[in-house]
Amino acid sequence: MNQSKALHQRIEKALHDDQLRRNFRAAMDGIRARRAEQFPEDAELQALRDETRDIRADSLARQAELLEKLETRLTENGIQVHWAETPEQANALVFGILEAEGARSVVKGKSMVSEETELNRYLETRGIEVIESDLGEYIIQMAHEPPSHIVAPAIHKNRIEVAELFRDHHPEQPYTEDIDELTGTARTVLREKFANADAGISGVNFAVAETGTLCLVENEGNGRLSTTAPRIHIAITGIEKVVDRLADIPPLLEILTKSATGQPITTYFNMISGPRQPGEKDGPEQVHLVLLDNGRSRIRLDDELLDTLRCIRCGACMNHCPVYVHVGGHAYGTVYPGPIGIVLEPQRLGLDQVGSLTSACSLCGACGEVCPVKIPLPKLINRLRAEAVTPRDEEGKMHGPGSLRKPGEAIAWKLWKLLYASPRLHRLFTRMATRLRWLAPGRIAPWTDYRTAPKLARRSLAERARQEGFERE
Amino acid sequence: MNEARSNILQRLRDNAINAAPSQPAMKTLRWNTEERIARFCERQAAVHGEVHRLDSSQWRNWLVSELPKRGLQRVLTGTGEIGRQLAATDLQGLSLARFEDPIEDWKSALFGQVDVAITSARCAIAETGSLVLWPDADEPRLMSLVPPVHIALLRAESIYQTFGELIEAEQWSKQMPTNALLISGPSKTADIEQTLAYGIHGPRKLITLILNSPEPGVWHE
Repeated sequence: MNQSKALHQRIEKALHDDQLRRNFRAAMDGIRARRAEQFPEDAELQALRDETRDIRADSLARQAELLEKLETRLTENGIQVHWAETPEQANALVFGILEAEGARSVVKGKSMVSEETELNRYLETRGIEVIESDLGEYIIQMAHEPPSHIVAPAIHKNRIEVAELFRDHHPEQPYTEDIDELTGTARTVLREKFANADAGISGVNFAVAETGTLCLVENEGNGRLSTTAPRIHIAITGIEKVVDRLADIPPLLEILTKSATGQPITTYFNMISGPRQPGEKDGPEQVHLVLLDNGRSRIRLDDELLDTLRCIRCGACMNHCPVYVHVGGHAYGTVYPGPIGIVLEPQRLGLDQVGSLTSACSLCGACGEVCPVKIPLPKLINRLRAEAVTPRDEEGKMHGPGSLRKPGEAIAWKLWKLLYASPRLHRLFTRMATRLRWLAPGRIAPWTDYRTAPKLARRSLAERARQEGFERE
Repeated sequence: MNEARSNILQRLRDNAINAAPSQPAMKTLRWNTEERIARFCERQAAVHGEVHRLDSSQWRNWLVSELPKRGLQRVLTGTGEIGRQLAATDLQGLSLARFEDPIEDWKSALFGQVDVAITSARCAIAETGSLVLWPDADEPRLMSLVPPVHIALLRAESIYQTFGELIEAEQWSKQMPTNALLISGPSKTADIEQTLAYGIHGPRKLITLILNSPEPGVWHE
């Protein structure tokens, strides 16, 4: 099946799932209101956005230098640094560390990069038990589903669905549909995993070069447990997460938590700068960082698209996207959904693979208004739409430019251009079209599946204006 | 994987981009100690944190009288000043354990047989209502995480206004500890229907005892 058809089928399915739509609607309304409460003063918000945009842009410009600095500091601190160009390399590195240490069980904190590499499946097929410990991630792991939101992965499920998953997977626990009690059940079943896991795997929100520090933002404490209780901690992150100074962190942290969940700060902000030191009684004996490229360094080739890399993964763009709110994250069919997914995934995977995602956008501009680091998402989506239908000869910066070009569509636009470039032709055309309007089709699928077909007016506006004597106005 | 490293760095250098140098701004606030405490309490209250203000001589009495009321019997301390002082106190039936051995030797006991852990807080941040902890050999990292209740002792005069101010004043960029933590309330989640629930993995309850002490220093009277 071609990608466009597959996308439309997923969207169709989501649109007919009333429960799913209610779940997303309720969640997104709440999260938007909480974010808005955190930014009462627009001037302050805009100043903070400018500041964090500049920090991220500056970090990207000096990325090679900062990554080397980060590696040097981390190594001095006793953290081992590994580099991976591809998901396969990253997975092999993680497995290699676990295998060398004889680790058989892993507890994981939330990491979207590990979703990119499909790390869980890789490890599980090699006999390693992997337990997602973020409550949302644990829920979707039980359901064998990918995250539907980058911050709130199980947002598509309601309490009844969650209760049924716990009943099926933990029949020994009392059945409940109460959210506090469900949370208690999760605490009980996951505690034992934290206490016994050989290794913990986490993502990274920010990596600070000057001090060699890995920063993790979370509310639950599962991130801290995953990175503290087991004897090995492996962090995995994209190479774009590095910033230079510790002083860059307060503004980034503030705008991240406020934009993501409408919190002034999360419960835990965890800064890891080394493994357990002599005399210390807990903490991992080994800390590893896996730095993954996976197409990120290629995105820099384009002056406009490189803004994508500023992303701090707050999810505000999807929370405010009218398309996302209606269809949810799974309909996109990619690791990252929503506006950032529309922009990032075609660059990562190729327009020939997922370029039709760019059509899942109404160009309303909401994502661009809320993005904390001012990524011009609407502009980039439009740009990718153009790329997808513009064939290029040279070895492209992106896979599959022009792959969504349709000959019929191309001819139609050529004709349109011709008509609108010539007043004489345009006049003739509108005259004919209005006279022959009874020939206009009554059904234009899929438009008329849900709407009435538009009717042409009896006379064009220009013609009526001329009749009314506006000729030279 | 050194090849991956050189390939990535090479590509980053080949694909050079320009940006103006950035300079993080410092917020300017002018809160005195009382205003800082008020803000800290307000933020903690908003996230279900419990805060009490005590004279610096009162914290042990507070524990002895309050813990039994809350059904907290098994107390864990570190091996520093707090542990020493509590060990020298008549605890009237509370049982006291100190984090003396490496975690591997007693992990299941830590996860299952401690009701409350008591640690110091290095300082705090008023703006966000955050406790700042630097766990170390005396007060290991898991103390503020695994037991169901965490009580932190905070000196009233050690509250900074903002995170940025703290980093600069204490020159964190010169030397970071193995682990530095900001803790702003008890553990929580909103992963089911965006509804807040407390105590998912970390402590269900976070209690801050703000100690008014005339002279800076430890927890002495």
